[in-house]
Amino acid sequence: MPIRTEPITINIGPQHPSTHGVFRLRVTFDGEMIVDVEPVFGYLHRGTEKLAEERNYTQIVTLTDRLDYVASMTNNQAYCLGVERLMGIEVPVRGQYLRVMAAELQRIASHLVATGFLLQDLGALGTPLMYCFRERERILDLFEMLCGARITVSYMRPGGVYYDAPEDFWPALSRFLDYMPSYLDELEQLLAENEIILVRVRGVGILPIDRLIACSASGPILRASGLAWDWRKADPYDVYDGLEFDVPVGTNGDNLDRFWVRMQEMRQSLRIVRQCVEQIPGGPVRAELPLVLRPPKGAEAYGRVESPKGELGFYLVSDGGISPYRCKIRSPSLLNLTIIKDLLIGWKLADMIVNLGSIDINMGEVDR
Amino acid sequence: MMTSFLDAGELARHIQAAYPESVEEQTESHLWIKPPHIADVCRYLKEDPELKLEYLNSISAVDYIDHFEIIYLMTSFEHNHSVFLRARVPGRGEPEVPSVIDIWPGADYQEREIWDLMGVRFDGHPNMKRILLWEGFPGHPLRKDFQDAVEY
Repeated sequence: MPIRTEPITINIGPQHPSTHGVFRLRVTFDGEMIVDVEPVFGYLHRGTEKLAEERNYTQIVTLTDRLDYVASMTNNQAYCLGVERLMGIEVPVRGQYLRVMAAELQRIASHLVATGFLLQDLGALGTPLMYCFRERERILDLFEMLCGARITVSYMRPGGVYYDAPEDFWPALSRFLDYMPSYLDELEQLLAENEIILVRVRGVGILPIDRLIACSASGPILRASGLAWDWRKADPYDVYDGLEFDVPVGTNGDNLDRFWVRMQEMRQSLRIVRQCVEQIPGGPVRAELPLVLRPPKGAEAYGRVESPKGELGFYLVSDGGISPYRCKIRSPSLLNLTIIKDLLIGWKLADMIVNLGSIDINMGEVDR
Repeated sequence: MMTSFLDAGELARHIQAAYPESVEEQTESHLWIKPPHIADVCRYLKEDPELKLEYLNSISAVDYIDHFEIIYLMTSFEHNHSVFLRARVPGRGEPEVPSVIDIWPGADYQEREIWDLMGVRFDGHPNMKRILLWEGFPGHPLRKDFQDAVEY
């Protein structure tokens, strides 16, 4: 006797550990296979763009911390670059170096969170995630030395950074740089030599490059599918022009490649920080600016960085006042989610969670 | 190597060769397209081998009270250049511009976001629903005349 089957629609989220934040997926299954997906977001919408219109240019830095809250430094940097382009501010070289160092440490911290959650999503509950968080903690300790905060750092300002690094920051950083490569080896071994993990990630969630380009994807997921595009190389900002680093590129565009790319990026970030420590000159860390910034009326500028998630941009429009007339945030997490149907449809429920984790979204940034 | 921004004059010449009368206004740095021509011009910019703007970075909207400005930022990976394309959309009700979702699927969420927060509709978008706020939310909060429920 034939068994009658029919597709079933399930709500996954908004409270679900695998969705990395408050994010709901309306998924239609045929048995165990996903046949349709509809993402629902906005649960964390705080109206950052509107709030920015009511604050002055310096106050907005604190709002940017709360976008992608596991990578606050790069958010600060993107926003400050936007304001500096709006007003034509030159940042002192020492300030630029400190910014690049902070941003690269933040990249390592963010990629550690992404990698830890991959292992968590694969069912290795707790321990591997805590391995990653333990190392991230060392980076947060360094941030605490720089600015007194660990997560919502607000370290950067239009025109540079708020404080110069304290004296005991440098030996602590050097200890971190000595120690970190061996830890990354260990983590990579955990990932690349574990048969159970490899079976779950290799050849799963393949994204073709032309689809990614059409869907405005950016960051590690673009590079994992074979396009060597990194805004640090393509459109250098701060002192990236004078630093040597490689852009790791994957070949298959599957989950394994996406995490391999992140792993290699962490190594490249260490390389960048090391060069910064060698090259950093003395001098001021922040340009001399009035307390309240007033960009010229009608000025428009786009500040963009390669954040750990992809292209993060701030499009600022000034009306000559002390607040921006418009502050549009180009959020990589939101645009990377455009690919979600290609990523999930045709895969099984168990793969869904891993596939979603592999694009590394952050809901603070998706909903803003 | 820096991403270069094509200057408005050169871009206008390209566009006028293919779509005469689509350019509304042109200054040294800015180029405005008439809203009904947006989709055609975008398709041309994407497919033209000299420009090859295959990547849509972002779509923004700015409320200038008497009109909305929609700003498209596109990039060509091959030539490493970018283009800002603008369109002025008059009207305070629910003004419409053609959707570019058929050209770049990446426009999907961004156009929905502009509808949600700014109240500009995109003609041809298959799913023109609110994205961050809920259906039934009164008004479009990023508009300059939006009244907050509470003062803060």
